[in-house]
Order: sequence, then C-alpha cells, then structure tokens
Amino acid sequence: MDKYDRKIISPFGDDKDFSGCAIFGMMDTSGSRFGSKDPVRAITNMHDRGNGLGGGFAIYGIYPQFKDYYAFHVMYLSRDAKERTDRILASRFNIIYDEEMQTKPANVQDPPVVWRYFVEPKKRRPKEQTEEDYVIEAIMRINTETGKAFVFSSGKDMGVFKGVGFPEDVADFFCLEDYQGYLWSCHSRFPTNTPGWWGGAHPFNILDWTVVHNGELSSYGINRRYLEMHGYKCTMQTDTEVLAYAVDLLMRRQHLPMELVAQVFASPLWEEIDAMEPQKALLLRTLRQTYGSLLMNGPFSIVIAHHGEMIGLTDRIKLRPLVAGQCGDIVYLSSEESAMRLVSPNLDKFWCPRGGEPVVAKLKTPLKVEVQRL
Amino acid sequence: MQQPQRVNSTVIDPKYQNRIMHEGTMVKIDACDIYYKDLNCLLRAVIQSNGIEKIELYNVCGQRYLGTDLGTDLGTNIQIDIHGTPGNDLAAFMSGPKVRVYGNAQDASGNTMNEGEIVIHGHAGDLTGHSMRGGKIFVRDYVGYRVGIHMKQYQRKVPTIVIGETAGDFLAEYMAGGIILILGLSLKECEKCRARFVGTGMHGGVIYERGEILEPVEGTKTLPVGKRDMRIIEGLVKEYCSHFGCDPEQILSGKFKKILPLSKRPYEKLYSH
Repeated sequence: MDKYDRKIISPFGDDKDFSGCAIFGMMDTSGSRFGSKDPVRAITNMHDRGNGLGGGFAIYGIYPQFKDYYAFHVMYLSRDAKERTDRILASRFNIIYDEEMQTKPANVQDPPVVWRYFVEPKKRRPKEQTEEDYVIEAIMRINTETGKAFVFSSGKDMGVFKGVGFPEDVADFFCLEDYQGYLWSCHSRFPTNTPGWWGGAHPFNILDWTVVHNGELSSYGINRRYLEMHGYKCTMQTDTEVLAYAVDLLMRRQHLPMELVAQVFASPLWEEIDAMEPQKALLLRTLRQTYGSLLMNGPFSIVIAHHGEMIGLTDRIKLRPLVAGQCGDIVYLSSEESAMRLVSPNLDKFWCPRGGEPVVAKLKTPLKVEVQRL
Repeated sequence: MQQPQRVNSTVIDPKYQNRIMHEGTMVKIDACDIYYKDLNCLLRAVIQSNGIEKIELYNVCGQRYLGTDLGTDLGTNIQIDIHGTPGNDLAAFMSGPKVRVYGNAQDASGNTMNEGEIVIHGHAGDLTGHSMRGGKIFVRDYVGYRVGIHMKQYQRKVPTIVIGETAGDFLAEYMAGGIILILGLSLKECEKCRARFVGTGMHGGVIYERGEILEPVEGTKTLPVGKRDMRIIEGLVKEYCSHFGCDPEQILSGKFKKILPLSKRPYEKLYSH
C-alpha cells in the first residue's frame, strides 16, 4: 500500500460526518454563454451544506474551438499512470492537443496532476461498436488498468472540474473565471459513507452526461452489478457514479425519454401503480420489472445534465430538497431558494417540484453541436 | 468532549457597527453577506442593549437558525422582521419572540420551537414546524413536505400551524399533539390538496381542514367539527386574516372537518419491544 492508496481509502481521517450536500444548476435556454460569477456565488451561499471534502462544476459549451473532439480531463495520482494512460490513448485516439490543465494555488487538499486532452477516435475500430461505446470502453480501461489515473470528464465541448475543497476553492484552483458556458451544474460535498478524494467529488461524468447528487443511494450494490453487465466499471468509490452510468445507459444507449427514466429511478409505489388506470399501470409495472435493478433507493435530489438539457429530480417521497426557478431565459435548480434569489432576486417563476417529478429545461433552439447518434 | 459555549456577548463587533441603525426603540440591520453565526451573535448583542422592541433585518439570504434560542434568557417580547429569504431552521428552539418574514421561508422553520410566533408572508419549505412544542406559525401560501412532523403538546402548550393554501405529502407525520389548520384558499371548488400519506403514524393532536381537501391514511378518522373546535378555528382564522389582510367571514363560511388519530400507538404491533 503506497501513500496514494492510503489517501484514497481515508484521506483526511474523516470516518463519518452528517449533513447534506448542496446542488445548483443554472442554464441559459437561449444558449448564450455566461461566466463563473453567478454559479460560484450561488453554490458558495450554501457553504454550510458542504464540509470542504468535495466541490465541483460541470460546464457546457466551454470549448467551442475544439467542439468536434472529445475533451478528456484526467487526474494522475502517479507519474507511471500518465505513461500508461498516454499509451492507451495513443493506441485508440488521434490526440489533437494536450496540455497540463491551467491551475493556480488555492485552498484545496493535495491536488493531483490534471491533464487535458482533445482527442478523436481512430477510424479503424470495430464496426459493430458505436463511437460513444468505443470511447467509453477506453475510459473504463484507463480507470481500471492504470491504477492511478482517472478520466473525470469525457464529453465534447463540455468539461468537469472537481476536487477536494469547498466549491469556491475548487473554482479558484481551476481558474474557472476564465471559462464560459451556457449550462453550469455545481456541487458542494458532505461525504457520508465514502471517502472524500479527488475522484469522488461531483459531478460524475460519462461522455457529455453529468450528475450532481445530494443524498445516499442505498441501492448502490444492486445498481453497480447491473451496470457492470453493460460494461460500466465503477471506480470512483462513491454511490453517485452509478447514476451517471445509468443515465448514459437509459438515455443515450436505449433512447428512453426523461419522463420514463424518472419513473425508473424514482418509481411510484406498488400501491400507487395498482390504483392507476390499466394502461398506465401496465407501463409502470413493465418498467419496474425490466429496470428493477436501476431503481434508486434511498434519499436523493439530483441535477442531470447533457448538451442542451438540464434535469432536476428528487426521490419519490422527497427526502432531499430541490427547488426550481426561472427568470427570462435562465432556468435554475437549487437545494435552497436563497441561493437562487441571491443571483436572481426577481424570479419570474418559482416552484417546488413534487417528489419523483422531473423538472426539464431544454435549449430553445437545438444545439449545432449534437453528440453523434447511432 | 468539549462543551459548546453559549455566545453571550454584549459587545457589538466593531466591523458590523456600520450595519446597525437605531431608530428609537427599533434597530435596522443590513444582513448582506454576514455569516449566520455572526448575525445571530449580533442579534443577541443588540437585544441586550436596553429598550429595543423591534429589529428589522434587511438583505437576509440563506442565513440559518435566525433567532435561535432567543427568548429563553433574553428578548422574550421582541419582534424581528426579516426581509429576504431566511435560511433553514428559522427560529429553531426559539421561545417567545415574534418573527415576521417578508419573503419565503426555507426548510424546517420553527424546528423544536417552544413559544412565540412566526408569520411568513409567502410560502414555507419542507419540515415546517418540525418537532414544535409550542407557539404559532402562520404561512400565507403553501408549505412543503412533512409539515408538522412530530409536533407535540403538553398541558397548556399547544403548538399551532396555520396554512393558507396547500401542503405537501406526509403532513402531520408522527404528529403527537398540537393543531394544524389548513385552509386550501388556492383550491377551486371540489379540488383536493395533492398531499399523499397525510397523518402517517399520527397518534395525537388534530388537523382541521376547510372542506374535505385531504385524504388521510388509514389509522385516522375524519369527523365533523363541534362548537369547541369552531371556537379554535374562528380564533385562528381571524389571526390569519389580521396578518395577511383577508376577509375572515368568507373563509369561515367554508365547511370545516377535523382529522384525528384512531390510536395512541399506531405501530404497537409493528414495534412491540
């Protein structure tokens, strides 16, 4: 066991802590990009919901100059890992550009080396595999085979920035004031059952899907086993990871609409299904039977995002908070109303979504950069 | 373990001196960007200076526990007006003061409140009146999930929550005492409140509803109101109307029902040991 192993298992000797995380999402549905000021202010306003063991941001629309290439953000916990990762990357991708990510000294704990790659999948690849599946396979190889390298962002024209510290410090560390995007999702972490390490901070990402999560998935084991059957390997030691992969499986690969995905994650209770009209009951019964292993049990509120869409959802009996607001073209999702009011004092609309009912914000005009579909 | 020390400073932190404005018996405080601990210390310090009857807080944005613990040893009769959005656990453990919120309240307002009054000119979040032991909460609009969870009463201390519009699921969950009055003012005729699982585990206290708008769970019974109930309801509706300026006659013309628990130990067979 070397010093990095110990750090991953219990980095700061935090055995158990109690509170809730904070989540915040902000999207300009007209597609105009904005800077870090408002999202960082909002998540900072909920400072006390986190404890400095994780903060992170997902930003969409940040690499317009490289929008056709997959942007990989990779954290290296050892030098060897970089060599091995570079070999895997070079064998599967054309690397268009790579650099050490721009960072500055900030109040974060033991930052790893963070690297950014813009890559294009090689033309010679298995015919029956889609481009996205090819990319995911490579990510899973890096995450499991190199030991100390983790791809924490892998979408096109989007990026995840996360680490151990309060979100405002993580924003400082990654110089987020230099980035602009049309959708920001933010997270402040209060780890409960799993270690606070750099890979375990939110958002969790696969391709351009990201998830930030407040809560605890007691169904993690069952979800993880089900996802492993579909080629997703969980390496981040945190329950939320399964949500990101489950969203990718259901929405990207199986093309389920968000309304049904919400019913899979936060399914109505059996007694409610029994009381529904026969056709709807049949649909929901079928969903529960087919995707029983993807039911997210336990309290949660989440913000799911991908290009062009931001979705808020809570568990069916709303054991974690989520409120939504809208001001002009901008849609907000937040753990607390005050964070939203801070950046937008005169909301046009404010509402408290009911448990298990998704809030969906979509771009008004579809994006020009659409992730390639099969 | 180190015992937490009670903050009992009478000295106002000099860096916040310019945030405070005295106007006779009233004090105005600009709370913009003041951390919640500092703001609560400031409240205690201001109350300790003589003859203050009212404090107005401006630009409140998410500061938690505002007014916590006030009234137990000082400031029993003070009035605190909050402009903005107070944070979670507003007036937690408070015992006496009157809090007015000109804006919306977040989760768990009046957590384990012992005495006093919270009047919210807007809506309130989940867990409003969590484990409340006394005092009153008036909410002009709607409230979130699990309102009045584990409220309890003892002798003359009867906690009361009045909700102008509707409530979320699990209203009065594990309620052990006290009164919840829900008026449903935003509902159309024959429309019901969408709350599910109302009164789950309820074993004391009473819910009054205006019209049959709630669907309580098994283990509760819905009854017509009697004269004594009506006297309580009339008093509360008049208070509600005096706070928010509406017509009590019109509200009282509705037909009221009461929901009571069937048993004092609903889970006797489930958890027998």
